[in-house]
This record gives sequence, structure tokens and C-alpha cells, in this order.
Amino acid sequence: MGTLGIVFGKEVRDNLRDRRTLLSALLMGPLFGPILFAVMINLSLNRALSNGEEALELPTIGAERAPNVVEFLRSRNVDVVAGPDSREEALAAVASGRHDVVMIIPEEFATELADGVPARIEVISDQANTTAEREARRATRALAAYSQELAGMRLMVRGVNPALLRPLNIDEVDVSTPSGRSAILLGMLSYFFLFALLTGGMNLAIDATAGERERGSLEPLLSLPVTRDQLIYGKILAACLFMALSLSLSLVSFAATLHFLPLEQLGMTPNFGPAVVVAGFFLLLPFTLLGAALMTLVASFTRSYKEAQTWLSGVLLAPTLPILVVSILQVRPSTELMLIPSLSQHLLLNGLIRNEPTDFLHVGASVVSTLALGLLLTYLCARLYRREGLLG
Amino acid sequence: MIQVHGLKKSFGEVTAIDGVGFRAADGRITGLLGPNGAGKSTTLRVLYTVLTPDAGQATIDGIDVVARPLEARARLGALPHGSGLYPHLTARENIRYYARLYGMTRDAAEARIEQLVEEIDLRDFIDRRTQGFSQGQRTKVALARALVHDPQNVVLDEPTNGLDVMATRSLRELIRRLRDQGRCVLFSSHVMQEVAALCDDIVIIAGGRVVLDDSPDGIRKATGCDDLEEAFVRAIGRSVVD
Repeated sequence: MGTLGIVFGKEVRDNLRDRRTLLSALLMGPLFGPILFAVMINLSLNRALSNGEEALELPTIGAERAPNVVEFLRSRNVDVVAGPDSREEALAAVASGRHDVVMIIPEEFATELADGVPARIEVISDQANTTAEREARRATRALAAYSQELAGMRLMVRGVNPALLRPLNIDEVDVSTPSGRSAILLGMLSYFFLFALLTGGMNLAIDATAGERERGSLEPLLSLPVTRDQLIYGKILAACLFMALSLSLSLVSFAATLHFLPLEQLGMTPNFGPAVVVAGFFLLLPFTLLGAALMTLVASFTRSYKEAQTWLSGVLLAPTLPILVVSILQVRPSTELMLIPSLSQHLLLNGLIRNEPTDFLHVGASVVSTLALGLLLTYLCARLYRREGLLG
Repeated sequence: MIQVHGLKKSFGEVTAIDGVGFRAADGRITGLLGPNGAGKSTTLRVLYTVLTPDAGQATIDGIDVVARPLEARARLGALPHGSGLYPHLTARENIRYYARLYGMTRDAAEARIEQLVEEIDLRDFIDRRTQGFSQGQRTKVALARALVHDPQNVVLDEPTNGLDVMATRSLRELIRRLRDQGRCVLFSSHVMQEVAALCDDIVIIAGGRVVLDDSPDGIRKATGCDDLEEAFVRAIGRSVVD
């Protein structure tokens, strides 16, 4: 076993013994994503289900003045119930959140309707409240439909074809597949995996410089008859191992969590079986070298363990940048984009989840560029490790 | 044998050592004595090659520490100031890690560790994790770690710092034993009594220069003081006046 192996073995053993840090690194990262995701799915599921299926209770003032409106609304799954006594009370009730929406049918409604002038109906809601806003939209949409129907009837009475009111017939055709729809929501997934990967090796990356220095074990270590390159390479490799471990845990825990989420009800069938877990692992694996070297590099500039932790929490966010830019610009995967680490992993993983065919040129570009940057940063780490100033 | 000649090292504006030279022979204990900030640690750090000197030469058994650092380190056991251990590893694992990095085989390492357990009296805590060790226990483990490859030369930077009376006594005994085994022992201290009690040769450093280099008796004669502490103060004072 060479020096590299001895250093690697010691780092792995040391890190495995440090139960508390290990637990936080290997549990927090991999569990954070799935739990957050499960909560978000449940929220959007609740919203989707409440939309349309549940009857909307609409407190109304003056419902007796418009029995036809009430009847029509009921056919649209909107139940008109008795509202507050006056307009002032209604405004206060909505502002305080006691009611989401209140409809007011004024006294002159019936006469206006009979005279053929636009009859006023008030819908009071708080647009800053998303639930209220959605319910108000449901109510106004139902009222608009009633208005349209009434207009059609008035035209027919006058012998005019109501179709004249609709010069355009807009038909939306949605070609997204259930897997494709899942990808919109699962788009942020790749970041969770990168996050889990990085947290898995963070502690070891700090330990290589700031940690050893703070403990006072760096100086005796450097006085051993081994080159500093071998020490730092062994440490980076150990960090890679724990990053890979954390990554595989997060992939597996995510695949398991998906089983318990009623995604089909949202019209999504994400392609996230064992094959995708394995493929995803190998797609993200090159990122471990980049992550370990980057974190070691950043940590080597810091004076203490605490300072290193502060800086490295910033590094944890770094992979989001390219992903964020691309999700705003809405670009399609291309070979050039595959040269950008974190972005290429994101695009390839999304392709997998969408069940799209894999472009092996893209995979190759991603692996090679990520590994190349990782090797470059590893080399820089070794250069910095040779500095005298390392001892602080 | 350790030889140092005309060693200079500056950190930016600050000159840490300015032409330090001395010789530490085999089978003798050489004490590097000086007040805080005199340049003792810098000199020793050059010896165990974590610092590169700006000028001058240092050799360990004739091997230049700048030109052939790996060979020089292999002939040296170093106990730097405040040597830290890995808290999650046991004392044995800490020592074994160094033995392996010194290039020893697994079997040779185990045999040597058993020997050190007896010599340094590590029996009570050798298989315990070093987290929570007393300063005395830490120093013993760090020393065993530095001696695991049976080096001819041993360099100790303020080894008795933070030790209680009993631990200091046992460490002194150990250092004498290392000398009696024919090794070259070089250690630094700012405590006159300690150096006086232990050393065969004393090198007094002040302001980055060697102000006196002699046996304890020679120093008494040179300064005209019977009391070594007085001699120490005078030697340092002279360099300050200079």
C-alpha cells in the first residue's frame, strides 16, 4: 500500500469514527432533498385537488335578487351562502381573512338586468392572498361564463347568431408527456443531489488544511518523509469517497420517497427507477473530484475551522448558479452547455427523468470537462499545500 | 548529528533568525535556550523542513535539509510545538499511522509500538481514543509517534510546556535515555532550570542570533556567574546592548 493509500485509509477511518459530523453530513444532505420535495409535492397536490373538485362556498349579499345567477353558479360547483349584513362588514371580513371572497349583488341588479344595461356585481377579495385570489378567479370566471351565456341568449332573441361574438376559437393542445411534466417540478432535483454530494465531503475538505492546523497535527505531519502532494491527494480522495456515499444515499432515498408520493394524480410519472438511480450516480460521480478539490482549495485560504465552514456554505450554493441562469433563459441542452459542470449534470439528469434518449456525446463532454476542472483544482490544491504559509 | 550554519529566515519585514549556527552531537543533549520570540522555533522548523531558510545551511547526519528534505526527514524524529493528535483515533492508531508513513511494514510497526509502549509507559491508554487525554498523555503519544521509526536524531520544541511536575520528570528521564542510546537530542526551552538540569551543551539564542554556545560549566565561566539563570540573563542582556 503506497503513501496515498495509507493517508486515504486513515482519513476514511478517522471520518467514520466522527459519528456526529458523519451523521449530519450523511443524513442531512441526502434527507434534506426528499423531505423538502415531499412537502412541496403535497402542497401542490392539495392545491390541484381543491381546484375545481371541491365546491367553492361563496358568501353573498343580496342573493335573493338574482336567483338565476345563484342557480348558474351552483351548476359550476360554486355554492352561494348567506354573507355578511352590509358592504362595510364584507370589506372588513375579507381584509381580516375571515372570508376569502364575498360577492355583492346590489339592489338595482334586477332593474339593470331588465333594462339591458350592464348589471353590476361586486366580487371582494384580497389579491395578495394566493388562496383567496384563486377562489376569486373561480367566482369571476363562473360569472363571466354566465354573462356570456346571457349575451348569447339576448342575441338569439334578436335573431343574431351568438357565434358572431366568438370570431376566434382558441384551442390549446398540450403535447407534454407525463414524464415531461414531472421534469418541471423535478428540475430542482439535480441541485439537491449536488448539495447532498458536497455536504458529504465538506468536513474532510476542511480537515485537510484548517482542521489539521487548528488541531496542531499539521506540523508533525509535514515533517514526515512523504511529499505534501501525496498527503493532499489522499485527503481529496477520501473526501471524494464520502461525497459519492452521500450522493448514492440521496439518490436511493429519493427514489424511495417517490413511491409514497401520489404523483400520478398530478399527471406526472417521473422516470426514477433503479436504472435511473444507477445512471444518475455515474453521471454525478465526476463531480465529486471537482467538489472535493474546490472545497479543499477554498478551505486552505481560511484561518480556522469555523471560518472554513462559513466559506464552504457559500460553495454549497455555487452549483445553483449555472442551473439558475439556464432555467431563466430556457435553453435546450447542447454540447457547449455540457462543458459547464453542474449545469451538464443538471441537464443530463433531467433528460433521464424525462425519459429522453441519452446523447452519448453530451455525456462524454460532461464527464471530461468536469473531470478536467476537478484535476486542475486538485493540482492547485497541491500547489497551495506546498506553500510555507500553510502552517499559518 | 545536526549541524546548522549561518541560518537566516525573514517573514516579510520581520527577521526571525539572523545567522544562527551550532552543532548538536550524537550521544549528547543539546538545549536551545532563549526568551520567547528569540528564533528557537524557526530554527527547529527549518530542521524538520517545514520552512526553507533564506540563507545558510542545515544538515542532519550530513544530509542537507533543503536539497534532500525527504531523506533528512527520515533520519529525524520531530516533536513540534503543541503537537496535535487525531482525537478519533486511538493512541496506537495515531502512532501506527506515522509508522506507516515512515515506510515501515505493518509487522515492523506493531513490534516497534510494543517496544515504545514499554519504553514510554503507554500501557494504560494505548488503545484508548486520544480525545480527552491529559497533556502528559498527549505528549507521550506524540513522542512515541516521533520515535516510531527509531531515528538517530530527535528534535523537540518546548516539550515540557503544560506538563505537571511528574510528567516533566518522566519526560526528562526519557530524554536522557534517548541520549544514552547514542542519539542526538536537540530540544528548545525558555526555562533555564530545565536546560541546566538536562543538557550537555547549551546554545543560547536571542534576537535571532546565537549569543553563547558552550557546556553549562563553560557558560558559567564565560559570563562570570555561578548561577546559570544569572548567566542566561547576562548573555541575553549583552546581545540586547550590542
